[in-house]
Amino acid sequence: MRKLVLIAILLALSPVGAEAKTLDIVASFSVLGEIVQEVAGDKAEVHTLVGPDGDAHSFEPTPNDAGTLGRADLVIVNGLGLEKWMERLIEASGYKGTVAAASRGVHPRLMEAEGTGVTDPHAWQDLANGRLYVRNIADALAAADPADADYFNARAQRYDATLAALDAWVRKEIARVPAAKRRVITTHDAFGYFGAAYGVTFLAPEGISTDAEPTAGGLAKLIDQIRRERIKALFLENITSSQLMQTIAQETGVPLGGALFSDALSPPGGPAPTYVDMFKNNLPKLVAGMQKN
Amino acid sequence: MIHLYSALIEPFAAYGFMRRALVACLALSFGSGPIGVFLVLRRMSLMGDAMSHAILPGAAIGFLAVGLSLWAMSAGGLVVGLAVALLAGLVSRATSIREDASLAGFYLISLALGVLLVSLKGSSIDLLHVLFGTILGVSDASLLLVAGIATVSLFTLALIYRPLVAECFDPVFLRALGAAGSRYHILFLALVVLNLVAGFQALGTLMAVGLMMLPAAAARFWAAEVWSLFLVAAGIAFASGYAGLLLSYHLNLPSGPAIILVAGIAYIGSILLGRRDGIVKRYFPAPHHHRLPADTR
Repeated sequence: MRKLVLIAILLALSPVGAEAKTLDIVASFSVLGEIVQEVAGDKAEVHTLVGPDGDAHSFEPTPNDAGTLGRADLVIVNGLGLEKWMERLIEASGYKGTVAAASRGVHPRLMEAEGTGVTDPHAWQDLANGRLYVRNIADALAAADPADADYFNARAQRYDATLAALDAWVRKEIARVPAAKRRVITTHDAFGYFGAAYGVTFLAPEGISTDAEPTAGGLAKLIDQIRRERIKALFLENITSSQLMQTIAQETGVPLGGALFSDALSPPGGPAPTYVDMFKNNLPKLVAGMQKN
Repeated sequence: MIHLYSALIEPFAAYGFMRRALVACLALSFGSGPIGVFLVLRRMSLMGDAMSHAILPGAAIGFLAVGLSLWAMSAGGLVVGLAVALLAGLVSRATSIREDASLAGFYLISLALGVLLVSLKGSSIDLLHVLFGTILGVSDASLLLVAGIATVSLFTLALIYRPLVAECFDPVFLRALGAAGSRYHILFLALVVLNLVAGFQALGTLMAVGLMMLPAAAARFWAAEVWSLFLVAAGIAFASGYAGLLLSYHLNLPSGPAIILVAGIAYIGSILLGRRDGIVKRYFPAPHHHRLPADTR
């Protein structure tokens, strides 16, 4: 009798059939994880390895992450060389399933890194690419769970329309700034695709790097650059200390433009908890900065 | 002339941050130079280093409690630094352990606590960068703090000058004075901590100790009286600050280490060429100066 009850309970707890299947998906970083969740709706549980405010370039996986990966039904990565740690993590976790690259079909750009040209992985900063991501993600989800393919496709279509409208809004906002003024100095190296898609020139700060101790000569060079280029759109982050940023702002008379989000989302409740919010946060700040140029 | 101007003066004329850095160096020199001289004369040269580590958890607590506030972090560093100095002094007087051993014990506990606190909060901003200032990013507030501390420090030194000088030449003088002696000692320790707090806002802890001790040690090779030691130490410290900033500007070197290395060169140069007891003077007396005694001591 007891055995029967146990079996009944187990049956009640087990998934009933393919229709109600919930996918366990692992996405590599916060922006991607949010897009995947948007497409997958309530048919999937999305685990994000590099969470909000985390840096996907230099991520150090924990044994826990390997465990999460090992139990996953589908792994979705950005690709284009963003997640260099992923291959070893997958090996360590014993995951044997599909690894889908959301950036499949993106026309890759080159960026400068450590003196050589490498593939720029930040493709999601162009909303046209974002729509491509949505398509690829929907395909990967449908392949992993064919019974829910229609559901995923419908959600992807709706989300695609949202992104298309957002893309039009971004272009309209940028158009408010005269073409000659569309110049920004930023420490973020993630805006290459954005700049190419929407016609904004992003200059890297001269003289100062994010990972070396600042020098007086370097700081002077950066200040000269800001004065010479007459750029008031200044978005400096992680330059060693906030003290130094204040110094630059004071010296050039250019107020800092605020926080942009480029390769990670903010935690929920922050200024950019979703992919769409990221653009809604960044655009007004960029436009306000550039208009002062 | 044009070259000299553009090499030596123009960087300061053209950039406000260079001027502020130079003024911060000036204030630091007059604050910590004399303190360093007393530390050298009282055979407490390593005390500055120990105290600079002891300050860390206080600054970290200040940051964790209030956030990025200059005043909170300085106050935290001051309180913890003083607590460590006082505890070490009390324990050495109440038990048979010597003050240096007890100081080593307490500062290590404090340092470990500081590292622990820093790593607990080590999320998106690098707390170490927050805690250790950079002379290139001296804000008006920290400039006021550094200058204020230098002023307080000079006036207090003037008040307790005599007993401190006596202590330098008779190491048990303050103990013999009893309670009054302890007060002078504690006041002096407070000045050490205060100047280190000023230095770590501007230069970072280790750099602050460097600007305190190297000029003071170098001064010993040039001057004999306590007041002239003060002047020479402060002068060497300020000259190191000026030269270090210029090196950092022209050669793209990190400014903190550049300043301290210039002070280090001044120290080694003093060992070699110092008028009093320098190696050259001692072992290779100049033949043309027969009429002057080689060693004026």
